[in-house]
Amino acid sequence: MMSGYLAGHSILHRLPAGLKLFALALLSLLILPMDAPWRLAGALVLTLAVYAALGRAALARVGLLRPLVPLLVLMFVLQAWAGDWTSAGLEAGMASVLRIVLMVLLADLVTLSTPLQHMMDALETVLRPLRPLGVSPRKLALAVALVLRFVPVLLSAWHAREEAWRARSTRRPSLALIPGFLADTLRLADRVAEALDARGFGRGRGPHAE
Amino acid sequence: MMIWETVLAENTALETRSLVRIALFAALIGVLGLVPPVYLPMAAGVPVTAQSMAVMLAGLVLGGRNGALAVALFLLVVALGAPLLSGGRGGLGVFFGPTAGFALGFIPAALVTGWLAQRLPWPRLAANLVAAMVGGIGVLYLCGVPALAAIAHISLTKALLGSLAFVPGDMLKAVLAALAARTVQDSGALGNSRR
Repeated sequence: MMSGYLAGHSILHRLPAGLKLFALALLSLLILPMDAPWRLAGALVLTLAVYAALGRAALARVGLLRPLVPLLVLMFVLQAWAGDWTSAGLEAGMASVLRIVLMVLLADLVTLSTPLQHMMDALETVLRPLRPLGVSPRKLALAVALVLRFVPVLLSAWHAREEAWRARSTRRPSLALIPGFLADTLRLADRVAEALDARGFGRGRGPHAE
Repeated sequence: MMIWETVLAENTALETRSLVRIALFAALIGVLGLVPPVYLPMAAGVPVTAQSMAVMLAGLVLGGRNGALAVALFLLVVALGAPLLSGGRGGLGVFFGPTAGFALGFIPAALVTGWLAQRLPWPRLAANLVAAMVGGIGVLYLCGVPALAAIAHISLTKALLGSLAFVPGDMLKAVLAALAARTVQDSGALGNSRR
């Protein structure tokens, strides 16, 4: 299934999801006011060591930050420029780039060590006080499951449309595909909703009720 | 008694239908971030996908409230770890990066787009277009630019100048979203008749 989770048995994997999320929030409060680049770099080295300890697959995740690189370079240049290329300006630029990379890597550490189901359970605990306001954890869980299930379905539906276009035209598949794709998605949604209702989902009583 | 039961049954059917529509639209936002159907020549080095267009579409097609819920659900699934944000990013790290304001700004963007589109008294296409521009560009940048400035520790002007490079592409997406939404609105796929 599509998720950021990497199976494993490390200490990090065995910690409860709620604790990891709480620790992440706490760390972000500690790291955000940090200004010394060498401290941030030290923390980054420690974080990377954790990735390395989790194995090669985890370390490969660091490479997924590549889309961020142009933006980070731009940020560094802008800050160094704002500081007239003095060492203070360069340091400030380094610090903010390091801070962002560090926070992103720490947050991804939680993602890759926590199965989706545990995240959902942690979320349900957070949402429980909202139940009187009409927030239903059961509906939310169904909605999340539907999204995860239908991304591959819609993706292959899109590719089928692209292929059909290529069979008909020498031009590149274009935005003319989108309206039909949208309408199909809405019809699919209505069929899924009918199927759910036929199985008693919307009734609020019976075997599937809360 | 009978009437009430019918009304209640209709009601739950509608409720399930909006829930599923919200979920499938959230999936669609992810899909349009994975396959870039907008081939923009000006997108040198920057991944330009149809994701922000999908956000405008969510507001236009589902309406403000449900569109915003679809976007929020999409972001929740991303936060839970699904690599669905354009460029294949996912996980909690997204919300600590420099573009976190833009990602979270998708929610009010869809809300305002849908809210406006239903209230502007103009022909559908014009209302769609203006709503998509105000919501999908104006509101989005209003959330994203200050967040970028704060996270990257750069001045607001510089953050704005850096973001302006994306505005032409976003304008084009607003036009495309308005056109696509009108086609869907006219096709009857949204209609309340049960198929």
